Amino acid sequence: MVELKQEPQRLTAYLCGELDHHHVKEIREAVDFAVREQLPPLVILDFSRVTFMDSSGIGLIMGRSRLMEEYGGVLEIHNPSAHIRKVLRISGADRLAAIRNQKTNKGGAAVYAYTE
Amino acid sequence: MRTLNELKCTFPARSENESFARTMVCAFAAQLNPTVEDLADLRTAVSEAVTNSIVHGYRHWDGVIGVTVRLLPEGVIYVRIADKGCGIEDIPKAMEPLYSSAPAEERAGLGFTVMQSFTDKLTVRSTPGKGTTITMRKKMCHAADQAAD
Repeated sequence: MVELKQEPQRLTAYLCGELDHHHVKEIREAVDFAVREQLPPLVILDFSRVTFMDSSGIGLIMGRSRLMEEYGGVLEIHNPSAHIRKVLRISGADRLAAIRNQKTNKGGAAVYAYTE
Repeated sequence: MRTLNELKCTFPARSENESFARTMVCAFAAQLNPTVEDLADLRTAVSEAVTNSIVHGYRHWDGVIGVTVRLLPEGVIYVRIADKGCGIEDIPKAMEPLYSSAPAEERAGLGFTVMQSFTDKLTVRSTPGKGTTITMRKKMCHAADQAAD
């Protein structure tokens, strides 16, 4: 349920499907493993393929935000849907990480294409 | 209030049923022809309540979650989610934003905040050792009405 893309200076985690308590554990483990291995200055959680999120997703963001603080990295949230933005706003998680909406970038396009 | 239609369902408190529970409630609510936004709010609120029962209520033993959904007049949906789990000792504290009794598992402590924000009325009844019942009401806007505005 997560596709990781490691580049110099950054790690992008493309989250997929439903981000609930049931699914969040394996995503957390996969992301943390890659972060600890690489210690990237920038970690991006990309929500463009997330179809549902409840506060379990907020827990995921809060935990990764703490992990980034441990070594001074930056966390960004990319491409949340309108509903996910609403959950982020209500929970105040929009203060933990910058939220960006991007059109398909050059590097991202290939990833979107082959994971479908 | 007069009940126009009703659904009752019980299922084991297992995390793989979280998706089923919220999808089931929303499928039933679809009779009201609600807006996409209202349906997404309802889906999220139900997910929080069911997850609470699984993560906290049945933390120490297995059990069953009962869901009742009622369609009330004027497009109001009523959802009751009941467990016979450990109950909540201090409901006001449990409802405080960012309070969680399971922070080690990265629970954000925002379940009740989300339920409150995404529904019109939230009631929590709990008896320690006996279980917790959460009821939520939400007026679902009619998608066709919104389109006409």
